[in-house]
Amino acid sequence: MLQSVLDWLADPATWQGENGIPNRLLEHGLLTVTATLAAAALGLPLAVWLGHKGRGGTLAINISNVGRAVPTFAVLLLLALGPVGTEYFGAYGRAGLSTLVALVLFALPPIITNTYVGMQGVDRDTVEAARGMGMTSTQLLRSVEVPLALPLILTGLRLAIVQVWATATIAALVAGPGLGRIVTLGFVRQDTGQVVGGALVIAVIALLLEVGMVALQRVLDPVARARRTTAAAAALGSVGSRP
Amino acid sequence: MAPSSSVLTFVHGTLAGTDAPAVADNCLVRNDWVCGEYLRSRAPQITDALVQHIWITVVSVLLGLLVAFPLALLARRYRRLEGFVVGATTAIYTIPSLALFALLLPFTGLTATTVILGLALYSLTILVRNVIEGLKGVPEDVRESALGMGYGRRRMLLAVEVPLALPTIIAGVRVAAVSTVALTTVGAIVGYGGLGNLLLEAVDSRFKAQVLTAAVLCVALAVAFDLVLVGVQRVLTPWARTRRAG
Repeated sequence: MLQSVLDWLADPATWQGENGIPNRLLEHGLLTVTATLAAAALGLPLAVWLGHKGRGGTLAINISNVGRAVPTFAVLLLLALGPVGTEYFGAYGRAGLSTLVALVLFALPPIITNTYVGMQGVDRDTVEAARGMGMTSTQLLRSVEVPLALPLILTGLRLAIVQVWATATIAALVAGPGLGRIVTLGFVRQDTGQVVGGALVIAVIALLLEVGMVALQRVLDPVARARRTTAAAAALGSVGSRP
Repeated sequence: MAPSSSVLTFVHGTLAGTDAPAVADNCLVRNDWVCGEYLRSRAPQITDALVQHIWITVVSVLLGLLVAFPLALLARRYRRLEGFVVGATTAIYTIPSLALFALLLPFTGLTATTVILGLALYSLTILVRNVIEGLKGVPEDVRESALGMGYGRRRMLLAVEVPLALPTIIAGVRVAAVSTVALTTVGAIVGYGGLGNLLLEAVDSRFKAQVLTAAVLCVALAVAFDLVLVGVQRVLTPWARTRRAG
C-alpha cells in the first residue's frame, strides 16, 4: 500500500496536467480563499452590527445549528441542478460556480455565530465605562467591542477557512474543481496509490492550515498581544499600568 | 432532457393506450423537483437508503461514545493527557471527510466499516470534550458527600458523576448525531452513504426529484435524531423536571 502511494507520488503524471496536483491545488486554494473572503465580507458586518445592537441572537445561534444539519453534498447538488447551472452539469465552470456558492453558504455559520457571541461576550461594565467616557456608538464599536471580540471573531474565520477547505473536496462528487478530483479519479481507476496519496495530500494541507491559522490567530489577537507586551515590559523593568 | 423520455412515451403509449402528450406530462419525464410519482415508484429504494442512513449514524455515534468515554476518563485521571486528547481529536476533525474515508479504505475496503470508523472518529471531537466538561461540572461537595457515604470510585462514577454530567454529555451527543447525519452522505463514495447513495446516483442522471427528496429526508432525519435525544434526556434526568415543576 505504502509502495503504491510512493509510486503514485513519484509518477511525473501526478504533477502534470489538469488532474495534476499543482493544478488541482491551485483550484482548491483559489476556491477556499475566494469563498472565505466572500463569506467574511457578507457575514462579518452583519454579525458585528447584530452583536452591537444586541439583536438577532437566536437567529445567529440557529444559523450555526442549521449549517451543521444540512449535508454539504445535497446543497452542492441542489445548487448545481437548480439556479446555478443546469445544462453543463459536469462542466468545470458551472460546477465550479455552484461549488463557490455552496462554500460561501457553509462558511457563513461559523463566522456569524462566533462574531455574534464574541460581541455579546464583551464585558458590559467595560462598554458602560466607555460610554460614560463619552464615546460615540461608532467609537465604542471600533475601539472597544470589536478589539475585545477579536479572539472569537478570528476563531470563527479559522473554523470557516478549514471547513471550506474540507468542503471543497466534496465538490469532486459533482465533478467540481479542487483536490477531491484526484481522489474520485483514483476511485474510478481503482488505483489505491492515487486514492490514498490524494487523500494524504488533502489531509496534510488541512492540518497545516489549521495549525497555521492558530498561529496567525495568536499573532493577531490584540488582548493576548497586549498581555505579552505588558509581560515583556514588566520583564524589562518598565512597569506598565496593570499589575 | 432525459434521453429515455421518448422510450418511456413509446412504452406507455402502446401498453396503456394513452396518447403521447398525456404521458409527457408525467413529473418523472418533466424532471420536476417535486414528484409524487417518484416517491410512489421508488419507495423501496428510498426506504432502504433511509434505513441504511439511520443504522450507520446510530452505530457511528455509539462507537464514538464508547471510545470517547474511556478517553475522557483517562484525560481526567492524568491531567497532562487532556490537552493531547482534545488536540488529537480536533486534528482528526479537520481532515476532510472524503480524504478520511479514502485514507481508511486500504484497511477496511469498500465496506460500511470505512464509513462508520470515519464518522466515529469525527464524533470524538465533540463527545470527548462534552464528557470531560460534564464530569468537571459535577460539584465538589456532591462528590464529597458521596465519598462520605462510602461510595467507591466505580459506584461514584456510575451512580453520581455520570447522571449529573448527563445533560452536558447528551448535548454533545445531539451535536454529534446531527452532524453525523449530514456527513454520512459522503459515505456514498464507498457505497455506504444511505441517502447519499441516492444523491450520488442522481448526479449523472440529473434526477431532480431524487436529489430534493434525499436532501429533505436528510434534514428531517437530523431533526428527528435531535428530538429523540431531547426525549432521551428527559427520560434519563427525571430530577431536572421535578425541580422545574417544584
